[in-house]
Amino acid sequence: MQSIDNDAAGEGTALLWLGRGMRRILSLPALILMSAFVGFAGFARESGVELVHAVFMTAVIWALPAQVVLIAAIKAGMTLVPTFVAVTLSSVRMMPMLTALVPRLRAERTRTVTLLFLSHFVAVTSWVMANQFIDQVPRRFRTAYFGGFAVTLTTLNIAIVAAVYSFSAAIPPLILGALFFLTPVYFLTSLWATARERVIKIAMVAGLALGPVFYLVAPEFDLLLAGLAGGTVAFLLGRRLPDGKAGEGT
Amino acid sequence: MSFTSFDAGWWPFVYILIAGWLATDFWRYAGVLLGRRMNENSQAFLFVRAVATSLVAAVIARLIVFPSGALADTPLALRIGAAAFGFAAFLLGGQRIAVGVGSAVAVLIAGMLMGF
Repeated sequence: MQSIDNDAAGEGTALLWLGRGMRRILSLPALILMSAFVGFAGFARESGVELVHAVFMTAVIWALPAQVVLIAAIKAGMTLVPTFVAVTLSSVRMMPMLTALVPRLRAERTRTVTLLFLSHFVAVTSWVMANQFIDQVPRRFRTAYFGGFAVTLTTLNIAIVAAVYSFSAAIPPLILGALFFLTPVYFLTSLWATARERVIKIAMVAGLALGPVFYLVAPEFDLLLAGLAGGTVAFLLGRRLPDGKAGEGT
Repeated sequence: MSFTSFDAGWWPFVYILIAGWLATDFWRYAGVLLGRRMNENSQAFLFVRAVATSLVAAVIARLIVFPSGALADTPLALRIGAAAFGFAAFLLGGQRIAVGVGSAVAVLIAGMLMGF
């Protein structure tokens, strides 16, 4: 860990970067995610899941698709093992996401246990945002910055589920529909904005096209298959295309 | 052993911990351990990033094409049209995310109000 008050390089202190990370909460994507969790609270209530359980699963899972799968399984009266399998399939995506983030997040002396702790707070929104800002943060303060941001984001959304659950039924469908729509459109634009290399851009287009196809063919494995197939195609294609090498941005 | 199998206050929490937390954080931890050994400038790392990007893109497509909740009642063409319009506005507007998100949602709401 970095010492809290050592500012030898003039880059600020860990505490300062932690605070700067927390301030990232005041941003469009954080707002969009909060509205998605308003929708989740409504969904949990509609499905007969109690308030404490909805709050608890938000805290310990912190992955919206997994939480939706879990609630659907609870509603269907599924037993523990099939539910575990269904949820775990929807969460496999966390592995490549973390593998892709960790090398940019850690400094030389970052402890593994710090990364394991922070990994719990990685979900699609914090991942997309981290890709946007992490390169502008001095390397030794990246974990502090990301932690300040991501832990605050999770905590805030746990509070939102608790606060909104009771009166979510009063939100009109038009508003709820618009709130649900914010999330994919935000991901769509921000993922493109952070994709600098050609390979990554091709990967994004491939994933968009292959996702629905695999959903129809193999709904349990759709994300994993689309990720592997789209990523492989993009990697091979992007490296072979003339004019611009892989790894170089435009 | 379903969610309501036992009439005990602790059981739902155990169920959520096993079928939710363990099922999800297992992959996060695996990703961290794998990523720790990865070089940021290697081709392997570019490949992993391509897979992760493709996967997140598939999540986006699923949310738009096969939504749940209140969005499920809107027509597919409206959702895809609104998203495409928003993305075009985002590109034309100098890649400003707020422009893209704002115009996509505006088209969606307009479509819903017109009774699509």
